[in-house]
Amino acid sequence: MKFDLAGQGIREFNRFLHGPESEGAVVEVDNPSGCHNLAVGALQNCQVTVNGHVGYYCAAMNQQAEITVRGNAGPGLAENMMSGIVRVQGNASQYCGATAHGGLLVVEGNASSRCGISLKGTDIIVGGSIGHMSAFMAQTGRLVVCGDAAESMGDSIYEARIYVRGKVASLGTDCIEKPLEEEHLKELEELLDRAQLNHSAREFKRYGSARRLYNFDVDNASLY
Amino acid sequence: MCGIVGLYTKNPDLQSSLGALLSAMLIQMADRGPDSAGFAIYHDPVDAELIKVTLQGDHDTDWQLIEQKIANELDPAVKVSRIATHAVVTLSVDGDKAVEWIDGNLDMVRMTSNGRSIEIFKEKGHPQEVIETFGLGDMTGTHALGHTRMATESRVTTEHSHPFSTGMDLCLVHNGSLSNHNRLREKLRADGIRFQTDNDSEVAAGYLTWRLKQGATLKESMQAALADLDGFYTFAIGTKNGFAVLRDPIACKPAVLAETDDWVAMSSEYRSIAQLPGNEKARVWEPNPATIYSWERES
Repeated sequence: MKFDLAGQGIREFNRFLHGPESEGAVVEVDNPSGCHNLAVGALQNCQVTVNGHVGYYCAAMNQQAEITVRGNAGPGLAENMMSGIVRVQGNASQYCGATAHGGLLVVEGNASSRCGISLKGTDIIVGGSIGHMSAFMAQTGRLVVCGDAAESMGDSIYEARIYVRGKVASLGTDCIEKPLEEEHLKELEELLDRAQLNHSAREFKRYGSARRLYNFDVDNASLY
Repeated sequence: MCGIVGLYTKNPDLQSSLGALLSAMLIQMADRGPDSAGFAIYHDPVDAELIKVTLQGDHDTDWQLIEQKIANELDPAVKVSRIATHAVVTLSVDGDKAVEWIDGNLDMVRMTSNGRSIEIFKEKGHPQEVIETFGLGDMTGTHALGHTRMATESRVTTEHSHPFSTGMDLCLVHNGSLSNHNRLREKLRADGIRFQTDNDSEVAAGYLTWRLKQGATLKESMQAALADLDGFYTFAIGTKNGFAVLRDPIACKPAVLAETDDWVAMSSEYRSIAQLPGNEKARVWEPNPATIYSWERES
């Protein structure tokens, strides 16, 4: 099934993804030309391939659908996705996977600032590098970065796990490096495998919360 | 919000369609800034002993009267070419002298640009109307910048619209908001920089002018701006031979750059770049925070 956005409207296409008729569908989308809100709120188990670059909020709130972008994505890619798979073959702009709850988000290129901000359970795997303030206040879920991380990674992080293969410019408040043990190697191998990225899990370092910031400390009782 | 676009031609064959290409880019940014629009276009350079200024008037501005006044009091060889509410004026006097005289003697119009190549046109109204009013689609040139404005910092008027000129053949368009512009404006005024409005972006333009007057290069001025300008910004800056892009260190205001063998383009969003010939083969990337990007041709 083909959908050409040069002729058909974005709303028409999104409505199709919301309704039961898209269940099991295999759809190619041509001429996205950087449009906003493409494939937002998909509800059915279907496969969508977008041929070109997309704008803001592509695949946001996704449930079940497998969405592939053969190009770059603008800000807010897969924001608040719930399940399914979102894959971008190029780069993703700011705050991809923000507040995302579940499923798998793969960015084969780079992701810019605030990647996985307030992450709530999605697994995000970036083939390249990530921008500053990524995984800010990330609660749960995993962020795997095969390249480098820019400043203040994991600031105020809760219980999300971060794996970085390259250099980390700086860690945010309460984010620390942690030992990479067997259970972590195992989950990392599984994640890399799901993302179809060919790296050895042993090349990565693990980061997470020092748990000094969000836990109540009796010594601070007088401050409340 | 606001939208900004810039297009710089590397292949001279594209110069004849520069205005049409910039129009297509600007229209895509209309919903980021529907209240006013403007553009700076670099074309038809005048000889070294001449200067051209763009003057912004109203629908009932008497351009004949202005031409006579300039001819009588400043330059008998003046040429005035009217385009809607604006006019491009060519003078054979020293640039600083011309700017000072216009500032002191023509209070019925405002100067939007001065230099050898730059012309700036801007108006309130939907970008589509602004493009049609000035006939941007038929304009030719080497490079151009455009802006669609959604006002957040100051009123919706023609003079608050972008681009703002920053001295000879320089201009700036801005997406964002500055938080220290009032104090900085006072400081720059005390150092002799002129401001026409209370707009924050005009202060950024004035700041660059001030640094350049002190002898800094454009790159040095932009580097200094990173320390002295507080707020959110993506700037596109036009120069006589090229253009430059700068984002603040937090970089929450969007920007996309793209390059082919024929052109370099910047925009708030890829949608604008998708209008350009050969965009599907362009190298497309997001400029890094606090990093200066610039392109320049040999003059």
